[in-house]
Amino acid sequence: MLGLFFLGVSLALREGRISPTELCKKCLNRIKKTQHLNAYITVTEESALKQAQQSEVRLLKGPLDGIPFAVKDNFCTKNIKTTCASKMLKDYTPPYNATVVQKLLDQGAVLMGKANLDEFAMGAGCTDGAFGPVKNPWSYAAPYREQTGAMLESDWAITGGSSGGSAAAVASLTSYLALGSDTGGSTRNPGALCGVVALKPTYGLLSRHGLIPLVNSMDVPGIMARSVNDAAIVLGILQGLDVRDSTTVPAPSPLTELPQDFDVKNICVGIPKEYHAPGLSEETLAQWSRVADLFERAGAQVKQVSLPHTQYSIVCYHVLCHAEVASNMARFDGLEYGHRSQIDSSTEVMYASTRHEGFNDVVRGRILSGNYFLLKQNYQHYFVKAQKVRRLIADDFRNVFGSGVDVLLTPTTLSDAACYQDFTQEDNRTRSAQEDVFTQPANMAGLPAVSVPTALSRRGLPIGLQLIGPALHDKKLLSVAQWIEQRVGFPSISDWDYSRERSAHIH
Amino acid sequence: MAAFCVAASELLHNMKQISGFYPKASCVIRRIRTTNPRCDSQIQPRAKSTPQQLVGVVGLEIHAQINSSTKLFSGSSVRFSAPPNSLVSFFDASLPGTLPVLNRRCVEAAVMTGLALNCNINRKSLFDRKHYFYADLPAGYQITQQRQPVAVDGTLTYSLLEGKKRSQVIRKNVHIKQIQLEQDSGKSLHDDVHSQTLIDLNRAGVGLMELVMEPDMSCGEEAAAAVRELQLILQALGTCQGNMSEGQLRVDANVSVHRPGEPLGVRTEVKNINSVRYLARAIDYEIQRQIGILQRGGTVQNETRAYDSKSGFMPEPNLPPLIVYEDNASLPAGIDACQAVVVQKIKEGLPELPSIKRDRLVQTYGILPEHSFTLVNEDGLVEYFEAVLMATKKEPRKVIGWVTNELLGHLKQQDLSVSQSPISPPALAELLELQETGHISSSVAKQVFQKMWRSPGKTAAQITQEHDLGLVSDTAQLHSICQKVVDSHPDEVHAIRNGNKKVLNKLMGLVQKETKGRADPVLVRKILQEKTS
Repeated sequence: MLGLFFLGVSLALREGRISPTELCKKCLNRIKKTQHLNAYITVTEESALKQAQQSEVRLLKGPLDGIPFAVKDNFCTKNIKTTCASKMLKDYTPPYNATVVQKLLDQGAVLMGKANLDEFAMGAGCTDGAFGPVKNPWSYAAPYREQTGAMLESDWAITGGSSGGSAAAVASLTSYLALGSDTGGSTRNPGALCGVVALKPTYGLLSRHGLIPLVNSMDVPGIMARSVNDAAIVLGILQGLDVRDSTTVPAPSPLTELPQDFDVKNICVGIPKEYHAPGLSEETLAQWSRVADLFERAGAQVKQVSLPHTQYSIVCYHVLCHAEVASNMARFDGLEYGHRSQIDSSTEVMYASTRHEGFNDVVRGRILSGNYFLLKQNYQHYFVKAQKVRRLIADDFRNVFGSGVDVLLTPTTLSDAACYQDFTQEDNRTRSAQEDVFTQPANMAGLPAVSVPTALSRRGLPIGLQLIGPALHDKKLLSVAQWIEQRVGFPSISDWDYSRERSAHIH
Repeated sequence: MAAFCVAASELLHNMKQISGFYPKASCVIRRIRTTNPRCDSQIQPRAKSTPQQLVGVVGLEIHAQINSSTKLFSGSSVRFSAPPNSLVSFFDASLPGTLPVLNRRCVEAAVMTGLALNCNINRKSLFDRKHYFYADLPAGYQITQQRQPVAVDGTLTYSLLEGKKRSQVIRKNVHIKQIQLEQDSGKSLHDDVHSQTLIDLNRAGVGLMELVMEPDMSCGEEAAAAVRELQLILQALGTCQGNMSEGQLRVDANVSVHRPGEPLGVRTEVKNINSVRYLARAIDYEIQRQIGILQRGGTVQNETRAYDSKSGFMPEPNLPPLIVYEDNASLPAGIDACQAVVVQKIKEGLPELPSIKRDRLVQTYGILPEHSFTLVNEDGLVEYFEAVLMATKKEPRKVIGWVTNELLGHLKQQDLSVSQSPISPPALAELLELQETGHISSSVAKQVFQKMWRSPGKTAAQITQEHDLGLVSDTAQLHSICQKVVDSHPDEVHAIRNGNKKVLNKLMGLVQKETKGRADPVLVRKILQEKTS
């Protein structure tokens, strides 16, 4: 039952094969069994059971009613701690729900807990949070253990980040869907490495109200699910104008289930040549070619395209990101909320020690460089220049989509998930630059992008491919993604995991 | 308060005639006029064309709190002197994840103010963050409009009253560089006893219009007159209540001195002035201080705070560009006209501005320009004046003195507003009517006015009757009084008979003295002429 897509389990709920409370208990139980993954910062057992009970009383109104979900711990949840995996907000309890959280609760979905992340979503490994790293569920499954000969507990692989907890929650079958956030790839990257569908919608389609920001002009709530269709249904529920977020746009169309028989014959798939990046693994490249061939054989037009400014994207992203981080983090001064240092001989001293104690090195480093970029004498040279480059990158995409391309097909990450020991050989900044290389340009341009798992690597870890579409063409993008999903035959983790659950597997 | 100063100094010359009645009033005037001599001392040497003379250069930065029921980016109420931290939304307290939502009323207020000051309204304006760490700025930045403000390039026309009698109206212009929307900060209260700082966020996020006036002014009086005119305009528009002591209008002045034709000198800031009167004084003091320093061979130090010079700006990423539309026809499809800010609609709703009102008063009623200033400067006085006119046949030119001298003098003396006047417009009209119809003389009318002031509710007719102040027009009685005066002043009578007709006025005065001013002057003149011919 836990291995089902949520639409499957939704049907089971409505047919009475399982009750919301039973389902909730199963998930809670599984959360306990997979505690070593460190996917959750807070498990909301009590309120989850209460919500499940209410669901039962309500007799299951919609497809999400009674469905367990997880929320990345940088979305505000009323009366539930929201930490951003930072000492700064270790004991912070918001008085309101983020719009996207509220919308899911309104549908009757059951919140299981708050998912782990890199501190303030700054990272690409989910290894830099105040509550420890998240472990990739696939690195405990048979294929990885058998194929790598991993014996030691310390041989686990990372989830990717920063929404590693959300990805692990969905992949380890403790939640049917999860909210992540995606600023440079933070939803798609762990989605790919943990073998789940990960959607970054068009910027502005989903409300950011209640999402504790990383880079306001790029942040988008991300959706993680076990199937593309699940993600589409959640998108349909979450999308649209929010009066509390002035950057939201009306949904172009109500989105329900995707067409099951989408035809790719009239689709033009672009393969951006710049994405043949150094460090791209042979296996990921092979998956890329495989899916491109699938399209071609199905009659789609597949052509090479160029996004010439891609190479400048990462450095440009870093300037803009650090500048906004410096600005957004200014509010954490220990006065109104959050950590406040005991050292308070003066207001200034208290600010300094509060911020020193509250933020990790990564956050402090970005604040420092961000403030440097924003200095009067540097502003034109860094920030304004980066904005201009951002425009060029967005124009690259516009030109390609203007030339008749419907979607771009790219890898999501360079390779499958690294082993924690290897990943932490390099610092956060280096890793972020490497890991976000394929995902981050879509954020610069505000475009919808989705990562779809396609296969397991030789090491037994997931590989994902990314589709990028024109702004507000999220539905078409997901239709193409589902077409891939239907053909690649990506396995479910429950094929190897607890045998009790295997019978419920849909494949 | 220079226009106040204008009003008051104008009051001064009017009051000289009635100073006997209002000994205190002249004190008030003296205090108000203290700013003028300094300004004059600067201007006079220039007039003598000594080009080496240092003169002041004054620019202003004015923060006007927008008169709106809610804050600029949140739904919290705006109220002065509410209990601390009782008007604070999650956004105002900068709770993480909250976002700004622009208040349309504030935009409309800024556009309206811009139109009234002849600004160009930017069809597209942008919001920026200005960063600095301060305890009463919870987000660590202020949302403002640094790159592209809502209105630019306007003019404020203000007037100075010059000449010996302050009756010469000099019109001056000051260029408005821009009007930008921005957030107000909270308030810090420093408790030195417990060495702690208490923060009140009620004011945090209240909408401000920052108006930047170019350094087109040369002294405190000019700056004060400009601010007073702005205050009147804002109040007429209803976009800002303009009360300086409650901080609704806050003025910072940039002051420097130079020799005309030479580059501007180093400027300093005069801040935290809570009245127009002190603004004029502070600016003139600063000009004199700088002139003093330079004349002693020193240099003026710029004392700009450190965070201003380095503080970073960044575009506010949570607010899309602010778009205002020219008219309903230019609204794009799908935009609700009720939700959009439409310039044409605001233009049509512009009320009568103070300068227009003054011109209208001068033209309609034939009063002097300086009287129009006095009327417009005092909240409610124009309405009072016009209400009196409605109820009397007396000519406006004869009514104006009653309103600007008697009424305003009494109000000022007791620090009352027009609406608090114990004498209502119809009551005053009735008094004037008594005089106009010859029931009482003009000097008795003034006595009656004072009695009415002291006993509100009593009509002019009642008071006249009670105190037997009615005009004496009994010919026999007047004949006998005149005869007595003529008999006891043979020298004067002789002078009149020798052709010095002016002396007749002296005899008339003596008759009025006998009758306590109640004698019908026309009749008295006639009788005296007969008796001295």
